[in-house]
Amino acid sequence: MASITMENLGKVYTGNVRAVTDVNIDIADGEMIVLVGPSGCGKSTLLRMVAGLETITEGTLKIGDRVVNHLEPAERDIAMVFQNYALYPHMTVFNNLAYGLKNRGFNKTQIDERVRQAAEMLEIGKFLDRKPRQLSGGQRQRVAMGRALVREPAAFLFDEPLSNLDAKLRVQMRVEIRQLQKRLATTSLYVTHDQLEALTMADRLVVLNGGQIEQVGTPMEVYSRPETTFVAGFIGSPAMNMLPAEYMRNTQQADSLAHIPQGADLIGIRPEDFALDTPGDGDLILTGTLLLLEPAGAESHLHLRFDGLNENMIVRLPHVPSVTEGQSLSFAVRRDSLHPFDRATGKRVS
Amino acid sequence: MVDNNRWGNFFAHLVLIVGVAIVVFPVYVAIIASTHPPGTFVRGVMPLLPGPNAWENYRTVITEGRSRAGTPPIGGMMWNSFIMAMSITIGKLSISIISAFAIVYFRFPGRIFFFWIIFLTLMLPVEVRIVPTFQVVADFGMLNSFAGLSIPLIASATATFLFRQFFMTVPEELMEAARVDGAGPMKFFKDILLPLSITNIAALFVIMFIYGWNQYLWPLLITTDPEYYTIVMGIQRMVTGGDSEPLWHLVMATVVLAALPPVLVILFMQRLFVKGLTETEK
Repeated sequence: MASITMENLGKVYTGNVRAVTDVNIDIADGEMIVLVGPSGCGKSTLLRMVAGLETITEGTLKIGDRVVNHLEPAERDIAMVFQNYALYPHMTVFNNLAYGLKNRGFNKTQIDERVRQAAEMLEIGKFLDRKPRQLSGGQRQRVAMGRALVREPAAFLFDEPLSNLDAKLRVQMRVEIRQLQKRLATTSLYVTHDQLEALTMADRLVVLNGGQIEQVGTPMEVYSRPETTFVAGFIGSPAMNMLPAEYMRNTQQADSLAHIPQGADLIGIRPEDFALDTPGDGDLILTGTLLLLEPAGAESHLHLRFDGLNENMIVRLPHVPSVTEGQSLSFAVRRDSLHPFDRATGKRVS
Repeated sequence: MVDNNRWGNFFAHLVLIVGVAIVVFPVYVAIIASTHPPGTFVRGVMPLLPGPNAWENYRTVITEGRSRAGTPPIGGMMWNSFIMAMSITIGKLSISIISAFAIVYFRFPGRIFFFWIIFLTLMLPVEVRIVPTFQVVADFGMLNSFAGLSIPLIASATATFLFRQFFMTVPEELMEAARVDGAGPMKFFKDILLPLSITNIAALFVIMFIYGWNQYLWPLLITTDPEYYTIVMGIQRMVTGGDSEPLWHLVMATVVLAALPPVLVILFMQRLFVKGLTETEK
């Protein structure tokens, strides 16, 4: 159990290729931090720097009170779950779990006890004598978790552990990993490119883009108040709609936009913040042509082109409305659900 | 898809049968020849049915050799060949797996340079470098010794290259997982890389053993003492030795016996790599 402190962490590869810039994160003991971002944003590099698999070229990394910049992975007291599980193919599940303990000089009875305990927790007890190739994807995933668990490390590092699983299993394992992490209260750093995974699993999430932190916060903070247009577009699915502020000013009553600061030239509206109901007092009204209706069972996605705009916008409704494609529709948007941004800097205004 | 018509089938089988016949016929003739009495071959007609002297011929070859022509009984020569082939095989495998390990998993100055140097030696088979190699071996006083027979043939670019290719297909995450699990480089090599390479080792073992066993020119050059004759060059000595007509029935018996160990090695190792092949598939 330990905290992890990253101070001005940076990574420059030979040839002056910069992967990570000036990252500052304090992970509290027992906290689950999710690093999320598109591929190539440096999230995996950052994780591997914490693991000790990549050298740290700038800044300081502390696990607990120790500076671990120059320690080997094994000396950092961390355990890692890899994307492709990286199970030793020639060893039985038991030996896969036991290998790290053997190398650390645990005796036979200790190893046996710890492996059985972890296996029981992950419900892989009956597979202990099998080889990894005789297991299904989900079972391999559990073994990879088990290999991290038995060590009882100071921190777990997860490198996109669910991306090789099918959708149903991914949801199931997501829940299990989260429950397990809460139960063990082990500090965890979790890398994913899936914003839904990030939102559901994190105590706090860190959105990375181009090797830099865009925003750190609890899932709901990040979702309800994205600090940059990048975060606004990346977190949430379907993505937030971006409308030019000028368009809004031209089509709306002035007082319904009074709270939008002058510097804002881009207005973000989440797809679910549109309503087909009669507009309330001071609501904005947006009118457009329905291009496509996508019913998705409990909800529906409407692709629209608002009058006077050249871009398609998406509206998400919590039901499937009886409308036809080509029809003109009016939506009410509450004024406090607008997200004002500065297009040039990409930052939120106010 | 292959068309399943009768003529296609017939033709395919014809080609296969002819191919097999071409390969098998000489072997068959050698086996038949080794069972005939000495006189048979003087007539110049090759019999195609077994003769009565099998037991007699093989007994002579194994126990007496052809002492007048200076060829010892083949037991000793077989043993020499076996020692030489095994030394070459084990030497080649150990050296090349270690150098491939170094080249793939360590970053040291000149890594690429050394890889290419090793790779270049592929172009220099024993025959090309035989004179300087002979000089070196002679200067070290290794003529007429097992060391002289095997050491110059141990370095192997082929095996190094094959192991390198194999190591590069081993996912990097395995190495990283081992590092996180507290295994140093040698531990990783011993606990993970070596067990994973077992199929490759078995396949290379067969190839290298046959390569070593079939060495002809090199042993011929550096051994003058019959005590170090190998079986393959022994055959040559039998054919050319003495003033008389070659004793073909004995030569053929020797040939058949000389071919046995490689066949046994293949049969034995085959199980290993068939097993390996079916097990690595995911």
